[in-house]
Amino acid sequence: MNDAVLDIAGLRIALPAGSDRAHAIDGLDLAVRAGEIICLVGESGSGKSLAASAVMRLLPGPQVRMTAGTIRFEGQDLAAVSERDMRRLRGDRMSMIFQEPMSALNPQKTVGWQIDEVLRLHTSKSRRERRAHALDMLESVHIPEPASALNAYPHQISGGQRQRVMIAMALALSPRLVIADEPTTALDVTTQLQILKLIRELQESQGSGILFITHEFGVVAEIADRVAVLRQGELVEQGTASDILNRPQHTYTRTLIAAVPALQPAAAKTAPQGPPILSADGLNKTFAARGGFLTGRRQAVAAVRDVSFELCRGETLGIVGESGSGKTTVSRLVTRLQNADSGTVEVDGKDMLAADRRTLKALRSDIQMVFQDPMASLNPRKRVLDLIAQGPIVHGTPPDAARDRARELLSLVELTPAAADRFPHEFSGGQRQRIGIARALAMEPKIIVADEPVSALDVSVQAQVLRLLADLRDRLSLALLFVTHDLRVAAQLCDRVAVMEKGEIVETGPTTEIFNAPRHAYTQKLLSSIPGRDWTPPTFRDDAA
Amino acid sequence: MSLQLPPMLIYAGRRLLHGVPVILMIMVGTFLLLKLAPGDTVDALVGDMGGADAKFIERLRMEYGLDQPVWVQLWRYMAKLAQFDFGWSFVYEQPVSEVLLDRLGTTLLLMATSLSFAFTIGCVLGAIAARRAYSLTDNVISVLGLVFYATPSFFLSLVMIVVFSVKLGLLPVGGIQTIAAFYTGWDHVLDVARHLIMPTSALALIYLALYMRLMRTSVIEVAELDYVRTARAKGAGEARLMIHHITRNALLPVITLLGLQFSAVLGGSVVVETIFSLPGLGQLAYQSVVQRDMNTLMGIIFLCSIVVIVVNFLTDLLYARLDSRIELT
Amino acid sequence: MSETDRTLRPAEPSRLVVFWQRYRRNRAALLGLVLFAVVLAMAATAGLIEPVDPLRRAGTPLTWPFQNWQTPLGTDQLGRDILAGLFHGARISLLIGVVATLISVGIGVLIGALAGYFGGWLDDLLMRITEAFQTIPNFVLLLTLVAILGSSIENIILAIGIVSWTAPARLVRAEFMSLRQREFVDAARNLGLSDAAIIFREILPNALPPVIVFASVIMALAILLESALAFLGLGDPNYASWGNMIGQGRNVLRTAWYCAMIPGIAILLTVLSFSLLGEGLNEALNPRQKKT
Repeated sequence: MNDAVLDIAGLRIALPAGSDRAHAIDGLDLAVRAGEIICLVGESGSGKSLAASAVMRLLPGPQVRMTAGTIRFEGQDLAAVSERDMRRLRGDRMSMIFQEPMSALNPQKTVGWQIDEVLRLHTSKSRRERRAHALDMLESVHIPEPASALNAYPHQISGGQRQRVMIAMALALSPRLVIADEPTTALDVTTQLQILKLIRELQESQGSGILFITHEFGVVAEIADRVAVLRQGELVEQGTASDILNRPQHTYTRTLIAAVPALQPAAAKTAPQGPPILSADGLNKTFAARGGFLTGRRQAVAAVRDVSFELCRGETLGIVGESGSGKTTVSRLVTRLQNADSGTVEVDGKDMLAADRRTLKALRSDIQMVFQDPMASLNPRKRVLDLIAQGPIVHGTPPDAARDRARELLSLVELTPAAADRFPHEFSGGQRQRIGIARALAMEPKIIVADEPVSALDVSVQAQVLRLLADLRDRLSLALLFVTHDLRVAAQLCDRVAVMEKGEIVETGPTTEIFNAPRHAYTQKLLSSIPGRDWTPPTFRDDAA
Repeated sequence: MSLQLPPMLIYAGRRLLHGVPVILMIMVGTFLLLKLAPGDTVDALVGDMGGADAKFIERLRMEYGLDQPVWVQLWRYMAKLAQFDFGWSFVYEQPVSEVLLDRLGTTLLLMATSLSFAFTIGCVLGAIAARRAYSLTDNVISVLGLVFYATPSFFLSLVMIVVFSVKLGLLPVGGIQTIAAFYTGWDHVLDVARHLIMPTSALALIYLALYMRLMRTSVIEVAELDYVRTARAKGAGEARLMIHHITRNALLPVITLLGLQFSAVLGGSVVVETIFSLPGLGQLAYQSVVQRDMNTLMGIIFLCSIVVIVVNFLTDLLYARLDSRIELT
Repeated sequence: MSETDRTLRPAEPSRLVVFWQRYRRNRAALLGLVLFAVVLAMAATAGLIEPVDPLRRAGTPLTWPFQNWQTPLGTDQLGRDILAGLFHGARISLLIGVVATLISVGIGVLIGALAGYFGGWLDDLLMRITEAFQTIPNFVLLLTLVAILGSSIENIILAIGIVSWTAPARLVRAEFMSLRQREFVDAARNLGLSDAAIIFREILPNALPPVIVFASVIMALAILLESALAFLGLGDPNYASWGNMIGQGRNVLRTAWYCAMIPGIAILLTVLSFSLLGEGLNEALNPRQKKT
């Protein structure tokens, strides 16, 4: 492999003593050729980001370090390169794009200054030439009004634009190797597709090799030429994109791919009968400007505008939208964690928004929530048993009975009874989310409102939690209001879907209809932006999960 | 279209307005303190005259408005304060405002030297310690910081007096200038500087330690931020990282602390000015307490508060200037 | 990873054990603990060293240390035993430190919790009051309060508490504002808990660790404030306090400097012990701060 830009052989990275394993990466072999995009895929904790840092020789601190293997860049062993020459390579011959464009840009310097820094460090161009070059780069990443963007600070432009700036910076000097570390994970799906296309476009015009790190198989399907799969620091499988995606050999890869929800909605169940158990009518919420002459005026933001929907027993309604669409606010309005400006919410025929303190408390047991971040939603100083039993105790159940019931609930959400006396930090993310579900079920609710309950979880765990939710919904004939940004998840779980944009529901209907024949332009755009939408994850008969 | 003011000016105006309710509360507060204090103006006046009969006292009370309802008294008091009229000092036999103005310069000079000393040295040492975190240099600096922080200023003052004045005879033991020397020009400046060395060190040391520790943590934190990693990935060297990427962000919390603590430093001047016989507001505060000169004491509280508010306002502006994320409008 | 999601990780040792393991790692913090224990022991045994009155004449005035074993650390200009004063002073300093800290943290937690949890106009009002208190130089306010209330030890403690609650109030407010955003608070509201239960049983326990760390700073500050007051001669003259001793030692500074130095070093070491304790607590309670 002489044309390899990057050739990693037998890479091993040590972790500090006391970590959950000895090596972050153990025995990684990987080559990146010019003009190809290779995806390094793995779940959180697989060590994929550290591998990228090792290539740039930017591993953090003395304890996390490379202990074996070689990294050759354009044939040159990087271990033998002096720190000074390494600095010359970085940003010039090899460069990096990071996950979180907000924090990856210096908040105190203008966009122009930050692009200019690369040119100042690696070229001897004059100030005027550098400015022209920076403008060219901003144009090639399709930033509107590049001249004024040069003078903007990072907080003044949108997340997608920031990532474009990062890319302009990384590709300014046509590096031979670009390492992209989850560059689209922090972005909305429509922006994500644009950025993926941009990376592909620039890579084709510059002919660089790209090492693309991601956890998402949809993104892999969208962009990869070749794929390497990493588990707990070990390379399990490597091959062309179509081989790995459609004919994976290793069981781990199969498990991961099997866990990716297919985009085809499941066949609709029989239509739910009976009166709606939850109905929202004409909900409005504007986040008022914090006014007054002391604090200065800000623009008022209409977060939710005229939102209405109904939900029956045993039914799942998905509320999907991008960040800022108001979907989370809807979930907080119907549970009255926030007060709506106008509109009504009826739970089992009783008005929730007009209820006084006492009625509200009684109504709350009917409508329970499962939250997004399973770590943040459990009080870190309470034991699991108390977390689950707390609600019923507050509502008057004798403590002993509530705790007995809590133990039963633990087994219902498939946790061992030993979990009862532990604290939340002793569990994995998926387990914590199970505890959150048990806490909601303890109130014997009729409705569960789940706000992005699986978006913080790895895909394999995500699949299990979703299966549990669907199973409980059917067994207890719960109504489920499911808020998500992930259309794949919505396709699998929801009977009906409401699509939100800028605070309004633009389209609502049965999941199959929305996915197969979207009518609204925004829904169409959303669906056509899903990464890997043309790829159908294969099913395996010998599925180990 | 109304007239266009520069955003910084609008921001400044808004920050200045912010101080208004605080000043009002302090006015009310000092009034309550005066009411709490045993004896009022008339008692002081009568004491000054060596006693008077009950009728005369009654008349005096009416003259001073002390027979009015409390809220009327409060209103008059606030109106007077707003004109910097703090009443009469029976100890100094002149209006309090004049006594205060005499003393203000010395205190401001001491504040300026102490804080600039503490801030500069503290930040430099803190940054050095952070860049060599967990090394010998860092440990030495950190231990020194802890010891400095634990040293009471009055104790340090005494140690310095024993060593530098009593034993070595290098520095003057007190005062702001050599009495009856009548230096002029540079000689005068040098003379004052010599007098300020010990008070400045005594007052600054605790704050030097604080700024140093805060700067150290701040630099370590900022150095771990993503954008510093970005700069490294661009090929920037350590010196460049420090100058262009780390220092400015790391200074922000130190500047916040500087503003927050100015009033504490001003409080510390009481002890230091008293020990070194510096004719400033701090020494005056101590003397007023001993001589029970309540009018002067309230005047000091009010004037110090105004100074603190102005300094906080200036640090706010500095902060806004340094942090581009602050929206000025 | 997927197969293991239902099996629990091995149980972790109890919080106290983890806390001690973390605390023990920091040698400076251990030194702080030892110093603190020494001060505690001094306070506890003060009655053994001098059972009657530390302010009584115990020997020839101005005896230098190590000259007479009746008064090992020497005597001051009134012939009082410096060692006895040191031990009894430890009592006063600890008493003042603990009680003033309780007062100041108590006020601070209450105001900070209300402002941070409810926000809005209540927050504005409480924060303006806090700012007003912060604007007045604390030592000047302390002098004024003592001048008005009188300088008995109770009043001094109360006054120190009153001038030092603003920093904990701001700290607690900041903690509450950030914890209020956390989803577990939403979860508690969703279960139907009352505001009082959420403030005191859900948020406060999570907000306490930084407050505990900060309490050690306030304790040190309270001791410094009292000793500065006493040094200026405004302390309670009926008790042997380290500040009193330094203040009186100042008069004989040129000839018998040990009279001021010995209690000065005692204050320095006590304050140092609180700082070190605070650092150790901080690292043990908020371990994320130090990762490398």
